Amino acid sequence: MELKTPLYDAHVKAGGKIVPFAGYLLPVQYGTGVIKEHMAVRTQAGLFDVSHMGEVLCEGKDALANLQKMLTNDFTNMVDGQARYSPMCNENGGTVDDLIVYKKSDNHYFIVVNAANKDKDYQWMLAHQFGEVTFTDVSDQYAQIALQGPKAMEILKKLTTEEKIPKKYYHAVFDSEAAGIPCIISKTGYTGEDGVELYLASEDAQKMWDALLEAGKEEGLIPCGLGARDTLRMEAAMPLYGHEMDDEVTPLETGLGFAVKMAKEDFIGKDAIESKKPNNRKRIGLKVTGRGIIREHQDVYADGKLIGHTTSGTHCPYLGYPIAMALVDAEHAEVGMKVEADVRGRRVEAEIVALPFYKRSK
Amino acid sequence: MELREELKYAKSHEWVKEEGEECIIGLTDYAQSELGELVFVNLPEVGDEVTAGEVFGDVESVKAVSDIYSPVTGVVSEINEELLDEPGSINEQPYEAWFIKVKEVTAKEELLSMEEYEAFVESEKNQ
Repeated sequence: MELKTPLYDAHVKAGGKIVPFAGYLLPVQYGTGVIKEHMAVRTQAGLFDVSHMGEVLCEGKDALANLQKMLTNDFTNMVDGQARYSPMCNENGGTVDDLIVYKKSDNHYFIVVNAANKDKDYQWMLAHQFGEVTFTDVSDQYAQIALQGPKAMEILKKLTTEEKIPKKYYHAVFDSEAAGIPCIISKTGYTGEDGVELYLASEDAQKMWDALLEAGKEEGLIPCGLGARDTLRMEAAMPLYGHEMDDEVTPLETGLGFAVKMAKEDFIGKDAIESKKPNNRKRIGLKVTGRGIIREHQDVYADGKLIGHTTSGTHCPYLGYPIAMALVDAEHAEVGMKVEADVRGRRVEAEIVALPFYKRSK
Repeated sequence: MELREELKYAKSHEWVKEEGEECIIGLTDYAQSELGELVFVNLPEVGDEVTAGEVFGDVESVKAVSDIYSPVTGVVSEINEELLDEPGSINEQPYEAWFIKVKEVTAKEELLSMEEYEAFVESEKNQ
């Protein structure tokens, strides 16, 4: 039985096509459709209900030590409000989930995890915790709304003051507010555009949603569904758990070396990841040069030989051509190489290109 | 939902126009609105055999691939190449955006009249 986010009624009223996702009922698109919603985020602004995501508090004298041990990134030297992205690995170096850790203050961290892995992650943290630390699942207390696009900040500034908005990417203001509603404002996102994610009390979600849509009317702000969220993150080559990584793929194979600090004394999975170097698999980007749309779970061939499989793929509304990401043998992972994907029995030609496919201009 | 009096309809939401010895096949207005904006079409080749009730091609939206079923058994005599470049025309003009023409028709699925199809769609929607 799927759950509803606090904004369910708003989605139905706005003509959202509701589908089950990660245990929740959410709009895959509205009457506008995936393509228009995707383009709105790339050219104006879009609003997303991401309340299904999970939030966990990590607090106590040994909070930092626990994060250092359980996650691959390094969480020392963070200022209050700063965020760091990290994979969380198992003993075999495979990925349990990818998440974002915010430092609220010393000994107080706020962790945001994928909706689909919420319970798994929380149980994992409880099973691996040590010393003086408390992990608390606060997912039910928070709704989350993402405001993304080149006009996002302009819209937000109508509802709050400058000092309540984080100045830098991957930073948040914790005791912030917008539209008179207390919230956390985080300069993060999953679209490849400028913008923020707001964390607020579930009971305030409707009011915030309406206030943002009203404030963003003249900029062309529209609500966007999961379909556009997926095409946007794919265009920006952002990995999605369950696709570009899972419990059998190491973060180095996914290309997340920037978030894996091998110089750290120890973390769960470190030895396994070390032993798997040099990586014999690599995530690559494919630009379709033949006729067809390459999607996930399709075999990839080079010179007639099976070299791996696709992990995500779609027709990109902004770029105007289909792209895909794949996990393939490292020796066939050079930019410029030609490959073929098996699309429902037919071979479609593609070229390996550098990631990301799309990068916003500063 | 737009419908055309002179066409016959399949329960899998294709329309059929009988023109002399040939059958022309497309997707109904109801089908295109359910599928969303189409970005890609896969068609058979001229000379291919199609079988009533079986898949002869597919259409793709950004999110999904949907099979299209032939309402008749026969041989493909012509394909609409324009669709390959302009899949969006299926959304804009579903009754002009034909997919294939079929000759040597030897069998047909149970085809509905306009009124029967309309009633069928209404009952599907209410499920």
